[in-house]
Amino acid sequence: MSTKKKTAWNVGLIAGLLILLFLLEQVMPSSSMLFTVLKKGAIYALVAVSMNLLNGFTGLFSLGQAGFMLLGAYTYAILTIPVEARNSVYQYFDGGIIQFALPVPVALVAGGIVAAIFAYLIGLPVLRLKSDYLAIATLGFAEIIRAVFQWDKLGPITNGSNLLRNFPSFRSVLFPFVVAGICIALIVMLINSTYGRAFKAIRDDEIAAEAMGINLAHHKRLAFVISSFFAGVSGGLLAMYQTTIQASMFKSAMTYEILLIVVIGGIGSVTGSCISSFLFIACSEWWLRFLDNENFYIGGFHVPLLRPGFRKVVFAIVIMVVVLFYRQGIMGTREFSVEGIANFFKRKFGGNKKKKGGASHE
Amino acid sequence: MSNLLEVKDLHVSYGGIQAVKEISFGVPKGEVVTLIGANGAGKSSTLRSIVGLVKPESGSIQFEGAELAGLSTDQIVSKGITLVPEGRRVFPDLTVLENLKIGAYMRKDSLGEDLKWVHDLFPRLKERSWQLAGTLSGGEQQMLAIGRALMSKPELIMMDEPSLGLAPIIVQGVFDIIREINKQGVTILLVEQNANMALKAANKGYVMETGRITLTGTGAELLENEEVKAAYLGKAKEK
Repeated sequence: MSTKKKTAWNVGLIAGLLILLFLLEQVMPSSSMLFTVLKKGAIYALVAVSMNLLNGFTGLFSLGQAGFMLLGAYTYAILTIPVEARNSVYQYFDGGIIQFALPVPVALVAGGIVAAIFAYLIGLPVLRLKSDYLAIATLGFAEIIRAVFQWDKLGPITNGSNLLRNFPSFRSVLFPFVVAGICIALIVMLINSTYGRAFKAIRDDEIAAEAMGINLAHHKRLAFVISSFFAGVSGGLLAMYQTTIQASMFKSAMTYEILLIVVIGGIGSVTGSCISSFLFIACSEWWLRFLDNENFYIGGFHVPLLRPGFRKVVFAIVIMVVVLFYRQGIMGTREFSVEGIANFFKRKFGGNKKKKGGASHE
Repeated sequence: MSNLLEVKDLHVSYGGIQAVKEISFGVPKGEVVTLIGANGAGKSSTLRSIVGLVKPESGSIQFEGAELAGLSTDQIVSKGITLVPEGRRVFPDLTVLENLKIGAYMRKDSLGEDLKWVHDLFPRLKERSWQLAGTLSGGEQQMLAIGRALMSKPELIMMDEPSLGLAPIIVQGVFDIIREINKQGVTILLVEQNANMALKAANKGYVMETGRITLTGTGAELLENEEVKAAYLGKAKEK
């Protein structure tokens, strides 16, 4: 398939998806769980892809994602709370010291930039470490950030351990889709550029990459900063989705959720991360809900064992099964593409044509 | 003839253990020079310090008259030196084509011509452009490692044991390629344990033992040298 045709197909698919979402919103009640899942799924897809850029494509095992999301979320919230609402939000800190509000897109980008700046600074010492040690150091960083943001002395800026609220949020599911879509497209472009190739080379063999003239420290820092930027943006989106934020919600458990999404989707597959993000959110928030219902009947049969919290047991088992049977995650390192599907159907229904690879390989 | 690469009094040590003790040698432009010696003689350390992967303790390394010691690897590579590392070290999860493109990472100009050059040298790599490098055979990986190094359009290409772990017939192919590349104007510094093949291909050879250069001569001279024969070519010393 020619590149032009492929691009046309992709653009068509994306436009179709957005129109479908728009129509769904007109038809279905906005309280439907579907929209909750779609909104949160899009946000998690972005942060999962940003983590994949680091863990899957550059081979840096970092667990600082929740910390960078916190930075993005707080920056967004602090910069967008309307001036007239500040007195009620910062009630213990005399309305806080920031007395202006920025437009939403500017604040989202600012959230990303703040996360990126912190990533740069933290990266200077931390990126000398490898594998597990890097993971521990970044995890520690995220925990420190969370503690610092709850510190009373910073209250005039961060509102201490109190909620931040009243900042602008979104109602339509299209907003997180468009923002996350743009960001993921940028990440994909980066991965397919010469820089992306250098990242993958570093992942495969550091010494050989260095011998080719790739500056290891520079490229690792670049990947770390870019990944953190997009984690920051997704943090801003998460703040919008939840309408209130508090530092205590950005626990390391959040990072593990994202890591799980990346692993289930396939380390090194962007589309895998996206697909698994929606599946993960749908399973944890929606599809397994009925398991929490103690009075669940099939016909006249009272299903035993069900009680509040039981879905988490089932969910854990589902994850174990997935990891056992899909060692490489759902997608491995392959990507989901129009071409791949076309080839798949050709192979299935195209008779004796010469076989070619299924999903196209990155 | 002036030397393209001039190494003087080079010392390399790893945490107190001296791997290279004051060696000096030159690589004339357009020639094939080989360093031979047993394991642990310091051959690889010499190459690694030339390309900046290991910082030399003291001594000078001059390339076209400019000092290299103290520069970072990417700066050195951009001056026109590349290393084909020991054990091939291709990027296993990248395709053959991507591996070649990584070789040209330091260059900003168009790659078409050099890609064609490498593909002409190694037609097999062209056939396998979309295959993952990790799935190639050992010999093909060595071809890829050499092709990848050539993509940076080097003036000096340094090869660390290109015959390691390859069948004799493949080794012959590798040395044919080395001669061919040299004929096309690339200077070659070759580190080998396969002394016989290396000395046949080389204009000049240096024998290294425990961090020092103990013998110097043209390839043909060293092939005839009794000590070299005894130590590296497996022939008994005639007394």
